[in-house]
Amino acid sequence: MAEQKALEDLRVEGDKPDRVVVRDALGVGVAVGLSGFAFGVTSAGSGLTLVQTCALSLLVFTGASQFALVGALAAGGGPLTAAAGAFFLGVRNAFYGLRLSQLLSLTRAVRPFAAQWVIDETAAVALAQPTRRGARIGFVVTGLSLYVLWNLTTLLGGLGAEAMGDTDAWGLDAAGPAVFLALLAPMLKSTTERAVAGLAVVLGLGLLPVLPAGVPVLVAALAAPVVLWAQGRSGDVREGER
Amino acid sequence: MSTWIAIGVTALGCYGVKLVGLLVPAGALERPLIRRLAALLPVALLAALTAQQTFGDGQELVLDARAAGVAVAAVALVLRAPFLLVVAAAVVVTAGVRALGG
Repeated sequence: MAEQKALEDLRVEGDKPDRVVVRDALGVGVAVGLSGFAFGVTSAGSGLTLVQTCALSLLVFTGASQFALVGALAAGGGPLTAAAGAFFLGVRNAFYGLRLSQLLSLTRAVRPFAAQWVIDETAAVALAQPTRRGARIGFVVTGLSLYVLWNLTTLLGGLGAEAMGDTDAWGLDAAGPAVFLALLAPMLKSTTERAVAGLAVVLGLGLLPVLPAGVPVLVAALAAPVVLWAQGRSGDVREGER
Repeated sequence: MSTWIAIGVTALGCYGVKLVGLLVPAGALERPLIRRLAALLPVALLAALTAQQTFGDGQELVLDARAAGVAVAAVALVLRAPFLLVVAAAVVVTAGVRALGG
């Protein structure tokens, strides 16, 4: 779930009225929240029950991990292998949390409640605000609108899938890879990212026929350290990036 | 039952990493190498998942209507279409190609 392109427009320096922050946050929350419908349909089409589908959106609430989990389960992956792929995708949220905890300066009592909303979109909106007040408003409004809509549309998608019957006939098995591609595209900024993506595709497809379901994705994740290592050897490490 | 185990483990794990980010002292994970790795890990996973869910059918590689749908999604992304439109284009094209017998 990322609307990174939309967020590029949000970077405004200086003072920013609260209503502008709210408007920007709602824009992201509503647009991405609606895509929960695609998740609901995909999850139900992958064989999960409606309760399981809704539980994922309520409890996991990080879209890429949810799509990865239902995709791995549908492909016949074991529960722990499938969960491992979803978990590794969710690790990036820890790094958003690191930056948000300083920016929002949350009290320790609030952190366990705020944690569930630490995702791509809330981090992007909050980090784009010039003041702490703006960041807090952006975080809360994006988090609340996205959480409510994402769960509502998940429910509707799950119900819709049951009414549709064979979701593949409706082309809905293409929703998962399209979501992944949409999340991936803004990340392919430099040759490093492209090299990692290329190697991961080769590993993921090459190992698919020979390793148990769900395992090839985990092996493909090694493309990240391998490319970093290769770059380090060739002396082409740009640590100032990001 | 195994689906519920997968859901439970994923929910705990994903909530855990979110909370860890908010709780650990600033600077603990701020080493440049760790940051680079954390930024590149989703790139690798998303690329592999995109490829597998486009061309994978169980443990076989196939070329079917999904490839056309995802290709159109890629074009939509290059044209900077909004997120929902990208996903919708992939779904519609895949359904259309499949209806035509692709």
